[in-house]
Amino acid sequence: MEAFAVSLGVHIYLVKAIIMFIIAALSVTFMAVISGLTTWFERRIAGRMQSRIGPNRVGPQGLLQFVADAVKLFMKEDLIPKGADRLLFKMSPYLCMIGVFAPFVVLPWGMGIIAADLNVGVLYLISITALVVVGTLMAGWGSNNKWSLLGGMRSAAQIVSYEIPVAMGLLPSILFAGSLSMIGLMNAQGWAPWQWSAFQNPFTMIAFLIFFTGSLAEGNRVPFDLPEAESELVSGFNTEYSGFRFAVYFLAEWANLYVIGALTTAVFLGGGNLPEALQPYWYLSIFLFLLKTFFIMFVIIWLRWTLPRFRIDQLMDLSWKYLLPLSFIAFFGQAVYMLIDHQFPVIDMVTGPIMFLIFLLVLLKFFYRVAINFREQNKTVNTRA
Amino acid sequence: MLENFAYVFTFLIVGIGFVALNLFVSSLIRPNNPNEQKETVYDCGELPVGPGFTQFNMRFYLVAFVFVIFDVEIAFMYPVTVIFKDMVNSGWGILAFVEIALFIIILLVGFIYAWSQGGLEWAKSIKSQFEKTQDT
Repeated sequence: MEAFAVSLGVHIYLVKAIIMFIIAALSVTFMAVISGLTTWFERRIAGRMQSRIGPNRVGPQGLLQFVADAVKLFMKEDLIPKGADRLLFKMSPYLCMIGVFAPFVVLPWGMGIIAADLNVGVLYLISITALVVVGTLMAGWGSNNKWSLLGGMRSAAQIVSYEIPVAMGLLPSILFAGSLSMIGLMNAQGWAPWQWSAFQNPFTMIAFLIFFTGSLAEGNRVPFDLPEAESELVSGFNTEYSGFRFAVYFLAEWANLYVIGALTTAVFLGGGNLPEALQPYWYLSIFLFLLKTFFIMFVIIWLRWTLPRFRIDQLMDLSWKYLLPLSFIAFFGQAVYMLIDHQFPVIDMVTGPIMFLIFLLVLLKFFYRVAINFREQNKTVNTRA
Repeated sequence: MLENFAYVFTFLIVGIGFVALNLFVSSLIRPNNPNEQKETVYDCGELPVGPGFTQFNMRFYLVAFVFVIFDVEIAFMYPVTVIFKDMVNSGWGILAFVEIALFIIILLVGFIYAWSQGGLEWAKSIKSQFEKTQDT
């Protein structure tokens, strides 16, 4: 690269800066497209789950619906309500956007493919996503609207409460890997499910569940979508927003879904690790990584259309009285496990497969239950007819 | 390493630029004729009563306080967590464990105190109301 720069007669840093800019521009495009596609994906799934069709007009299977929505929002008038704090009102979308886009620096795309492998990767990610809280608070306060204020305060209280379980839930996995960088965390795991950090031992499993629950709440997803509970707060903190500013919040929300999925995949579900034989085909690891990420996103969307919403005091209780003590147990458990494991390395060979086996049994039980439900439903339908 | 943080900086600029550019382009083509009605605050279709900057509940402050304490605690736990594996492998695992355990236990005492004082109850009145209705 240096020789190339010299041959062009420009400074090396200029070339580097241009490359950085290109990568960042590609990432922002990816984020916008992926969050748009996710809205389509979610609406289609919601349609299936509620026995309706969902968007299917624009493009094949309605795939281009998000482009139509974006263009519509792009051309809408942008209103700022009277008496609003204009500075805060205008700043808020920027902060929400950065809070969701900045994590893309450390999100891996596959084995060893990453924009910048910061040595404080995970810590950077969880700290910069906290900007979203500031953004929602600003939007809530700046709008001069009672609904916005309530929504913003609730959102802040909720995200702040669940930030702690999320950060604590990551700790056992970091203990296991001994690194904060995303690549380090992925390399510590293997391709097989029993080598993933989620299935290492019971404590990492608990941590995984805590982390996942906390992430749902941080992403304002059902069952924790109190900040935008339509039936109570109109639309929450973004009630007064319109046009492209409004679109930014929704872009951020669905991009956040991808961030959650990618983080979960990288830290807990083995990332893009491939078996030894497939190592030369690096593009497969990208494919695998995206597949896992989209599966997590699908689970989150599935949960959204299955579960009812929590009440605010239940939400707070869940975070402070259940998840937080549990996460301390998971942390100490993992630490003690590692101390014992150092003395008797045999345990390490056993717990992984056993945990995975238990997970498979739970999955089987779930499918069995679903099959029974289907059969009973069909029976009632038949008797009615 | 510094180059990696240059990436972070670039991403921040591009993130801001993305919103700014789109808002600018959108401002060229979107209509802009605000009037009295459009600028009113949405208050369920009624004329808004008073400003939107109303008082809100004290509970939010309490949550924020507990959060700050725990967030700082977690920030201190991360370094220990990262080197714990190396400590275990070099035979100093017990020492690291005892140190982090002492640190967390001190904070857990505070947590238990806050819990016992009802600092973590979101709706203090619901339970008492529920008990009242049970009595009658």
